[in-house]
Amino acid sequence: MSNMNLTLKIWRQKDAQSKGVMETYEVKDISPDSSFLEMLDVLNENLVSQKQEPIAFDHDCREGICGTCSLYISGRAHGPMRGVTTCQLHMRSFKDGDTIYIEPWRSKAMPVIKDLIVDRSAFDRIQQAGGFISVNTSGNTQDANGIPIPKGDADKAFDAAACIGCGACVATCKNGSAMLFVSAKVSQFALLPQGRVEAAKRVLNMVHQMDKEGFGNCTNTGACEVECPKGISLENIARMNREYLSAKVVSDEKIG
Amino acid sequence: MSYSSIGRKVVMGLTGLFLITFITIHLLINSFSLVGPELFNAGSKFMGTNPVIQTMQYVLALGFIIHIIMGIRLTIQNNAARPIKYVHNDPSANSTFSSRYMIFTGVLVLLFLILHLKDFFVPIKFEHGTFGEDYDLLVRVFSNPLYVFIYVVAFVGLSIHLHHGFQSAFQSLGWNHPKYTPFVKKLGLVFCYVVGIGFSSIALFHYFNSL
Repeated sequence: MSNMNLTLKIWRQKDAQSKGVMETYEVKDISPDSSFLEMLDVLNENLVSQKQEPIAFDHDCREGICGTCSLYISGRAHGPMRGVTTCQLHMRSFKDGDTIYIEPWRSKAMPVIKDLIVDRSAFDRIQQAGGFISVNTSGNTQDANGIPIPKGDADKAFDAAACIGCGACVATCKNGSAMLFVSAKVSQFALLPQGRVEAAKRVLNMVHQMDKEGFGNCTNTGACEVECPKGISLENIARMNREYLSAKVVSDEKIG
Repeated sequence: MSYSSIGRKVVMGLTGLFLITFITIHLLINSFSLVGPELFNAGSKFMGTNPVIQTMQYVLALGFIIHIIMGIRLTIQNNAARPIKYVHNDPSANSTFSSRYMIFTGVLVLLFLILHLKDFFVPIKFEHGTFGEDYDLLVRVFSNPLYVFIYVVAFVGLSIHLHHGFQSAFQSLGWNHPKYTPFVKKLGLVFCYVVGIGFSSIALFHYFNSL
């Protein structure tokens, strides 16, 4: 595969208050072996050398584990590949002469800060509302592995815990719903004995915070599951619905 | 309950499943008309006089109203959750047509429902003295090709609505299980075809009979 020339249409937005606009850029001689973010690095090097403002985009580990990179690439969260983050996407997934659209996640609850960077602190606040377990660290803390857990439950909890909180589910959902993220965070604890203790309170508080942040309502289109780089299953949303219903109807826990 | 996003989807799912039971009974009664006037009129009389059915019709009306109002409210809220739309979006890569156009198929069915109430419900409930005239009314209405066309379009809409709605209701209520969900999805698929083809073919049968 030879090197490629591409046309990029990229969302540029000065700051949260400004209106954004799509700008067109040309990049030349891009190696098919380079990653998508390396391709943007090349573009930014060119922009800097021309004394232009480089394109702001989020990235950190560049190995698909931190959940920092985002980007809505040609109509898909994290681009056309399944099960990968943007940083794991390579230019071999594109063809010479392609026009690629690059946009930020679009959600009222995740406003654009600059160009392609969005504020995902809504996820942090949802986590703070209940995405934890309370453990007494007095020095007599019991070894978590001392409690026998069925292999199936452990696997499901682990699969849910694979969520990196990147926000692709929100970005791709036609309703801008955060239910896949929240359900993964609810499920990873709800499936384990250590998490059961606070399960009712957790689901009430996390769902309450999710709604408060202005995310949309889930209508079960299933787009989130398809685009999730970590393959978080829709089963988690059904589990959260069950957890929420039983917490609301049966438990005496209240929000707060 | 409807103050949380999960409460709202539970309300949508429950009312949806309730309306599904209604549409099943309705199709059954309609299919009586294929046998003949006596059976259909008898079915019509049963529906029009049975005290349980007579009570349930108010619950049914409430079910429709809640489902419709909640559906519109959800659509408005969901639109507001993304004030700036994508310049380039490819939703067909990750979701079904039916799941993305629920409000459109829903509104189509609502518009048809209004027409349908005017043409069938009002005359049967308030104008006919006995139930002997109901079959004649059905034959008369279905002899109009424009009405039959609108009828078939509406039921294609309902069929698409159910293609997503049936299995979605189960997911919303948390009834997702590796043993049963594949069956529920298949049943939903069969059901949406049965409703779409069932109602349409009955209308077409009476239209071609009237020629």
